[in-house]
Amino acid sequence: MIKNKKKNESRSGRRRPVVSVALLALGLAFTGGVYAALTASTASAEVDLSSPQVIDQGSKLFAANCATCHGQQAQGTANGPSLIGVGAAAVDFQVGTGRMPMQANSAQAPVKPVQFTDEQVKALAAYVASLAAGPAIPTESQLTDGNVANGGELFRINCAMCHNVAGAGGALTEGKYAPELKNVSAVHIYEAMLTGPQNMPVFNDLNLTPADKKDIIAYLEYNRANPSPGGLELSSLGPVSEGLFIWIIGLGVIVGFTIWITAKSN
Amino acid sequence: MSITAKASNYLDERTSISGAVKEFGRKIFPDHWSFLLGEVALYSFIIILLSGTFLTFFFQASMTPVEYEGSFVPLKGVEMSAAMSSTLDISFDIRGGLLMRQVHHWAALLFVAAIGLHMLRVFFTGAFRKPRELNWSIGFVLFVLAMAEGFTGYSLPDDLLSGNGLRIIDGMIVGVPVVGTWISFLLFGGEFPGNDIVGRLYTLHILLLPLIVIAFIGLHLMFVIIHKHTQYPGPGRTEENVVGYPVLPVYAAKAGGFFFIVFGVVALMAATVTINPIWNYGPYDPSPVSAGTQPDWYIGFADGALRLMPPHLETYWFGYTWSWNILIPILVLVLFLAAVFVYPFFEAWVTGDKREHHILDRPRNAPVRTAIGAAGVTFYAVLWAGASSDIIATHFKVTMEGVINTLQILLILGPIFAFIIAKRVALALQKKDQAIVLHGFETGRIVRLPGGQFVEVHEQLSEYERWQLVSFTDNAPIMVRPNDRGRITAGIRWRSRWSRFFFEDRVAPVTQTEYKQALEHAHH
Ligand code: HEC
Ligand code: HEC
Repeated sequence: MIKNKKKNESRSGRRRPVVSVALLALGLAFTGGVYAALTASTASAEVDLSSPQVIDQGSKLFAANCATCHGQQAQGTANGPSLIGVGAAAVDFQVGTGRMPMQANSAQAPVKPVQFTDEQVKALAAYVASLAAGPAIPTESQLTDGNVANGGELFRINCAMCHNVAGAGGALTEGKYAPELKNVSAVHIYEAMLTGPQNMPVFNDLNLTPADKKDIIAYLEYNRANPSPGGLELSSLGPVSEGLFIWIIGLGVIVGFTIWITAKSN
Repeated sequence: MSITAKASNYLDERTSISGAVKEFGRKIFPDHWSFLLGEVALYSFIIILLSGTFLTFFFQASMTPVEYEGSFVPLKGVEMSAAMSSTLDISFDIRGGLLMRQVHHWAALLFVAAIGLHMLRVFFTGAFRKPRELNWSIGFVLFVLAMAEGFTGYSLPDDLLSGNGLRIIDGMIVGVPVVGTWISFLLFGGEFPGNDIVGRLYTLHILLLPLIVIAFIGLHLMFVIIHKHTQYPGPGRTEENVVGYPVLPVYAAKAGGFFFIVFGVVALMAATVTINPIWNYGPYDPSPVSAGTQPDWYIGFADGALRLMPPHLETYWFGYTWSWNILIPILVLVLFLAAVFVYPFFEAWVTGDKREHHILDRPRNAPVRTAIGAAGVTFYAVLWAGASSDIIATHFKVTMEGVINTLQILLILGPIFAFIIAKRVALALQKKDQAIVLHGFETGRIVRLPGGQFVEVHEQLSEYERWQLVSFTDNAPIMVRPNDRGRITAGIRWRSRWSRFFFEDRVAPVTQTEYKQALEHAHH
């Protein structure tokens, strides 16, 4: 009897070690993949943006995907602004975060799944950069080793009014919004400051020096790597989510207990 | 004699406490979940006292600038006030400090929420009627004090969020014509933010306000004991008795256990969910303001009132600027709170009812009161939502202007609709009760009569159930009658008008004769 039970257990109740290992491998592969996807644009900035082949490839991609709105020579149309002089950084940000090519006409071009490979994004950037000088894509050394404390202070002074102190995002007028900054890669943060996408102001190198930008990135990355020491963050929305939590969960659970305590024993 | 017996004997011979214990121990408390909400508030307050005492051991109520040298990396070397720095030390460098901070803050949110829910229970069941009007007033004062305690408390760490909150308060004070600027300078010891406000709020927060709260809690509970507890209508329950458990041993054991449950829930929240992460907000500095800056929930309705006020309402009179966009919200808030405060006295005047009431109303049996309550709740809720207009906009992907305009309209129309709907629903429920008393309830059993007709069998209620549905106070509108001096004053007219407003539409309880007739009718 007992033996039987054991056999059954090993057959159906518990996973075989092989299965566990396979699941673990699958999980690792999955998280690794997501991680790679998120950091892809940082990892391979190796494409040579000044090579004629790359620019040529970019030109073709541009004609096929962007020209309807931005014009054949990127000179701008009624549907989209001129891209002359916006630089490689603007293209890398707009296309690399999936904002461009824009699809629906909304208050603000939303983030969508990225439609191009990293190489294609770089080619588009190379093409636009070849039209006129503009902000370049930052190099790896411009993104690392910032001072977290200084970055925090700069972030609170320059960015928090739109993006919220914890980078949780915030509302602007007429349906525009400053997005959450939890999952933005370092390059894109840098490019956002440099080019001021859509309703965000430009923070040029006089406003925020390259060292300041590095510090801000360090601060945002610190926050991402270190979840709140206090426990669940409730989306970092502050007193609103705390208030909802106390009314729905806190008081809800306690009212549940009051009902249980006063329930008739019969 | 055992040692405990000896000890209690010793005590009793010196204090004759056993009489009081016996007396109190025999008090009866009725059992209903909604009667425990006030207790939740009381227990949260005890938790706040305990955790707050711990915090005072380490907190420095000083705005002297210091350089933060604690262990939280993103603020290392940043200049801040000693208050902020010591709060960060409590959070990161004192064992159990963060847990205690979170216990204190969660318990504070729970404290005000429990008071709010308790007040709603008291309101909708008419527990504030004679002889308990004064206790309603005391409870109301406690509610306001709790908000004041909360506000002074979350302003202490001197972080960016609380500084923004103080800035708004300063703006409201300065908005008062003539004296505003003077009061602001007095309060902040000079121009905002000054160097004094944290120290002053601290004195209020840990000395004056808690003392008043404790005094009022004492009064509140004394009145509960003097008046005895109210009870819901039911068989065997009259205005002269209380049906329930004696304090000793059953009720005391349950209540004592319940304290630990509340403490446990708060501790669990504090251990797992962040509250007021001041390390994100950073030290106060008058220039930055974060997106999504909100006060704690219980101040939200005031913030909402400011946000929903249309802009550009200012006049320049007698050499002063009158900022109506600030004065009107202040006035609205004061009037709203005043209405909450006076309601029991107002209703007593309208009904002219001088009897004592120890049996609670079911909300449906006082349709207009219930409707007024629903309107008040709606008004408050819209103001409250107004405080989170920006978060509503980003999370539901709508425009902020759209949210504000919708809420502005809702603030006016919402309470009216809530009133009408709640009153209709209450009357309909009363009618349903009436029908059930007279004709019994539907059993779902269909019977075919010999003539081929189908009827559903109705079954009569038991006597106990019927009693519950027919025993309620029935108020009829008061007619205009001359007073003892034969005159009809304006007061009498007003009263009759209000009385009509309250009791014009009503469903009277089923009488004995009506019931008998209905029974006979059913037999034919
Ligand atoms: C449906 C029309 C449309 C298409 C297609 C489109 N864009 Fe845009 N793009 C816009 C509009 C509109 C804006 C301006 C958005 C704003 O500022 O709110 C814009 C802005 C930009 C900017 C930012 C300009 C600046 O001043 O910083 C870049 C860079 C850009 N687009 C690149 C591209 C690229 C590259 C493609 C092709 C992959 C593309 N766009 C496709 C409409 C379009
Ligand atoms: C006036 C408000 C405003 C300020 C100030 C501001 N931003 Fe933005 N930010 C925006 C808006 C609006 C967008 C969305 C732009 C878009 O969708 O193209 C944005 C987008 C971004 C993004 C891209 C997010 C994403 O999801 O891809 C980053 C990164 C960013 N901002 C960083 C910063 C930093 C760092 C600062 C401070 C130096 C800052 N912003 C200051 C409004 C602001």
